[in-house]
Amino acid sequence: MHEPSSPPTGIAWRWALIGIVVVGTAAAFGYVGGWLAPHRLTPKRIVDQLQQNGGMHPGYRRNHAKGICVAGYFDSNGGAQAYSRAQVFAAGRTPVVGRLAIPGGNPYAPDSSAPIRSMGLRFTQPNGQQWRTGMNSMPVFLVSTPQAFYEQAQSSAPDPATGKPDPAKIKAFFAAHPESAPFLAWVKTAKPSASFATESYWSLDAFVFVDASGTRHAVRWRMVPVDAGAPVDGSKSDADYLSADLTQRLAKGPQRWKLMVTLANPGDPTNDATKAWPSDRKEIDAGTLVLDQATAQDSGPCRDINYDPLVLPDGIEASDDPLLPARSAAYADSYLRRTSEEAHLPGTTAAHPKPETKS
Amino acid sequence: MSAPSPMFALPARVLHWLMAILIVSMLFIGVGMVASVSETHDLLIRIHKPLGIAILVLAVIRIAVRLRYPPPPLPADLPALQKLAALASHWLLYILMLLMPLIGWAMLSAGGYPVMLSESLRLPPIFPVSPVAFAVLRHAHGFFALLLFLTFLAHMGAALYHGLIRRDGVLSSMAGRRLP
Repeated sequence: MHEPSSPPTGIAWRWALIGIVVVGTAAAFGYVGGWLAPHRLTPKRIVDQLQQNGGMHPGYRRNHAKGICVAGYFDSNGGAQAYSRAQVFAAGRTPVVGRLAIPGGNPYAPDSSAPIRSMGLRFTQPNGQQWRTGMNSMPVFLVSTPQAFYEQAQSSAPDPATGKPDPAKIKAFFAAHPESAPFLAWVKTAKPSASFATESYWSLDAFVFVDASGTRHAVRWRMVPVDAGAPVDGSKSDADYLSADLTQRLAKGPQRWKLMVTLANPGDPTNDATKAWPSDRKEIDAGTLVLDQATAQDSGPCRDINYDPLVLPDGIEASDDPLLPARSAAYADSYLRRTSEEAHLPGTTAAHPKPETKS
Repeated sequence: MSAPSPMFALPARVLHWLMAILIVSMLFIGVGMVASVSETHDLLIRIHKPLGIAILVLAVIRIAVRLRYPPPPLPADLPALQKLAALASHWLLYILMLLMPLIGWAMLSAGGYPVMLSESLRLPPIFPVSPVAFAVLRHAHGFFALLLFLTFLAHMGAALYHGLIRRDGVLSSMAGRRLP
């Protein structure tokens, strides 16, 4: 035997040292992992709040739950190639799988429930890299930080007594968040459109294009409809008019949008999605998005795609906008929840997909 | 004190300490990135993927080194149960350091994500796109990460027990020198 040569008190200290090292390491792990930091804003807390607001709908996205899959291609004209070396901007076609949706966590909400429509796109380049983007039909976002987004979601949670959001809480939130003013000014005149096709969709967040020489260019982008006609107010229509309208339009021919890229001037804010850039900024027509197919989201090709805005090809990078990593993290959490429900994993509520609609 | 015990071969020692740093960093990066919505989330994910592949490559080399250079024997007087625990935990560590990167790679493949190790370096998928497989693999990745962390804690605690309490030369056979 190897008898300890130290006196018993020495041994006690040695045991204590082992305990301190092991427990200390475990505690540090618990802190970094958030278990011992209950006040940190985590993806889980954001998605829990969205789930509370929209109700529990297993198998569906926790936000922008109601939507329709679309597919087609992007016809690049090479116009953005001088600013980004991404393959998608070289002249030619890139296949696209997309999703048009309305905000909120309820997949059965009437289409008129919000004046906002959204467009998610996944471009798959020949080299296998992807560009995913999630855009909204408004020029500015309502908040600039993840914390403010979370507080906004909290303020619009349904009141347990009435089942509806408390207007006083919403008012208090916006009173404390003057950065929301441009969004509120937009929303005052915005109407729920009768069609996805007549809307423009903005990236909201800024990104960075990297050209072939490695030079970086701060950008935002938007999709501008081509020949879709003026938006029609859809606030008086039935609950589910958007998908029917899209299917009807596609029966007559593909729907087109121009991809317009806006280049920032030095000093334009890239970290604040509530602030539009001045309208005189240089714009590039990068090509045309052509959507020619639509499928119900329960069976369509967009169902299993997480439109994470940080899935980017070489030539497009994230800006310093703090919303981007939060979107990426929260979308990942939502994706895990709905795929776990799809897989009927223990502890999840079984998914009840809506009966497939003809498309 | 025991006579100077044989040591682990130099390649085994170098790999052990290098991978100890990488794997423990990786575990903290992993739990940190999924619990964060800040800029660190994106930064940590960018480190996590190439680091995981580096660990996978090193783990293959390490197992080859282990088979080529058998480790020094455990002290003859070590209770059989502790010997068994040492052997089992070492192989569990080897299995997990191989399995974790493979599950991560397969999980991203199943989720339909491009597996990007840098801005431009993409690995091919190793699993067909399947949301059900994604969910299972993603939960397995988290579960095995916790198992790996607990095994690491036990391994570190046992190493300190050998070095500070038993002082039987086991810790120094990997540390490379006699401890005080």
